[in-house]
Amino acid sequence: MRKNPSLRIYALAYLAFLYAPIVLLPLFAFNDSRVIAFPLQGFTTNWFAEMWADKTLFIAFRNSLTIAVSAAVFSTILGIFAARASTRYKFPGKPGILGLIMLPMVLPEMIVSMALLVVLIAIGVPLSLFTIILGHVLICTPFAVAILTSAFQSLDRSLEEAAYDLGETPASTFRLIILPLVMPGIISSLLISFTISLDEFIIAYFLGGNQTVLSVYIFGQFRFPAKVPAVMALGTILVCISIVLLTIAEYFRRRGIAKSGGKDTGGFL
Amino acid sequence: MTTTEKPNMIEFRDVHKYYGDYHALRGINATIKAGEFFSLLGPSGCGKTTLLRTIAGFEDISSGAVLIDDKKMDDVPANKRPTNMVFQSYAIFPHLTVEENVGFGLRRDPRSKDEKAKAVAEALEMVGLKGYGKRAAHALSGGQRQRVALARALILKPKVLLLDEPLSALDKKIREQMQVELIKLQREVGITFVLVTHDQEEALVMSDRIAVMFEGQIAQLADPETLYRRPNSRKVANFIGTMNFLPAEVLSEGAGGIEVEAQGFGRMTLSTDQVMAGEAGQGAVVGFRPETLTILYDSQTATDREVMGTIEEVVYFGDMTYYDVKLDGTTEALRISMRNVFGRPVLEIGTRARVAWSPGALVMFR
Repeated sequence: MRKNPSLRIYALAYLAFLYAPIVLLPLFAFNDSRVIAFPLQGFTTNWFAEMWADKTLFIAFRNSLTIAVSAAVFSTILGIFAARASTRYKFPGKPGILGLIMLPMVLPEMIVSMALLVVLIAIGVPLSLFTIILGHVLICTPFAVAILTSAFQSLDRSLEEAAYDLGETPASTFRLIILPLVMPGIISSLLISFTISLDEFIIAYFLGGNQTVLSVYIFGQFRFPAKVPAVMALGTILVCISIVLLTIAEYFRRRGIAKSGGKDTGGFL
Repeated sequence: MTTTEKPNMIEFRDVHKYYGDYHALRGINATIKAGEFFSLLGPSGCGKTTLLRTIAGFEDISSGAVLIDDKKMDDVPANKRPTNMVFQSYAIFPHLTVEENVGFGLRRDPRSKDEKAKAVAEALEMVGLKGYGKRAAHALSGGQRQRVALARALILKPKVLLLDEPLSALDKKIREQMQVELIKLQREVGITFVLVTHDQEEALVMSDRIAVMFEGQIAQLADPETLYRRPNSRKVANFIGTMNFLPAEVLSEGAGGIEVEAQGFGRMTLSTDQVMAGEAGQGAVVGFRPETLTILYDSQTATDREVMGTIEEVVYFGDMTYYDVKLDGTTEALRISMRNVFGRPVLEIGTRARVAWSPGALVMFR
């Protein structure tokens, strides 16, 4: 059977559309011109220096980091509880409860942020980094639950019983057996939640009050054409960080599966 | 195999277990003697694993009592019971080395590090894994994992070792080898072994006594030979080995035994210990194992009795041949197994054969 060449062209065009803009980021980040246009001028690292000197950018970056780390830690802790409960215990209404936990994954963020904004204002909570963290925990938790459930599921129940049988308490069994075996899942969950939170825009924009985070700041900079090359430099750095984090996350996820002898299903990379 | 003088190690007193509406254990009463190799045998879903897990403390019982060494285990959690378990999946901790796995139970042991290391080395040597201590557990073969699981459980010197289908994941050769090793090991350490298996051959080979379970109840508890020769029901007879059945009728009962007329065999007298209770709605039958009948060759004569039949099917197994023979006056063919002897040809389908039998080898279910 001959393959249809138009399908191949479609696939290539699709990939180009997906990734070409990302390739443009480093291209213009090192381009010696304030105008974003071909042909490229000379090579420069000025934009990175300009970006580095920007105080507001630094504050936005620090805010984003605080939010992303907090959101990753909280959603992973919540994810551990939910994943453990969903894989080990039976309780009434389990499918419904798990469904509700996973729902924010598919819910438009606009709705989540609007609803949160209305509630927070109504009960008089001032908008701050904390409120952004709340919103981000909400959207990161489903991802944490999904990753951790697969980690907990690949754990043979007999392992727990064996440890218990050999004289350990439920608490020490969790520490000595379960935790080390799901650790790759935990690391993977932390990294992915961190990444999701870091580049989230809508919730950060709605719930941030007068605090600026990276994504909102970058969007703001596009109003000033002169600032765009510096944003490109920042974007280049963010792309690199994202690739590194996702690679580490995937590495730990796969190692976790290999360790417990399970089959590789799904995954991000 | 005499275990009568030995003290009780495990006692089940009217043990019931419900999962919701499902009645998994229906009044288990049994005792397991100290130092005994005891097997729980039955088809899947018969409750044998559940019963084993009540000994380990992984399952609560709904009513009744489980005693270990004359102590009630009601309020004793699994981590405080004098039992250790070899799991069906072996449950080797994949993130630890062989050594760390075997020594896991010694974590709370007050002995010095050196003494513990020595105990681990001894345990590994006992199961034939000397020198494997530093290996990663997840890199072991199935047979090796099982040895690690055994060493890990035995290092704590439990009063009872529980084995949940420990050989089912191994291939045939290694399984047979491990059966022998387990028996030797049990004799060596003298610990009470309780084995769960669905493999009747494995149970017969390894056990001092076997409890055959169906639907949450013990159908028969006896030593392997009694179970095989005198099964107390048709169900047990069918589960352990093969048994042929022929319709029969009781003619008279007396002090010396009962007079029976069986299809194909005619009249005979059976002693009372050959007669078992049958199932309601099924008529009386006599049953016999395939190897208790012998097809006679030309010059041979029967030591006891003889009937004629026609060979309808021949199944050649190398060392054995199975013949399906229809005896004169019977409606269905019976299976007869014969050991093949050098120089004696395997008989052909359609051959008329003289079949030797003996009333002493029969059991009756009525």
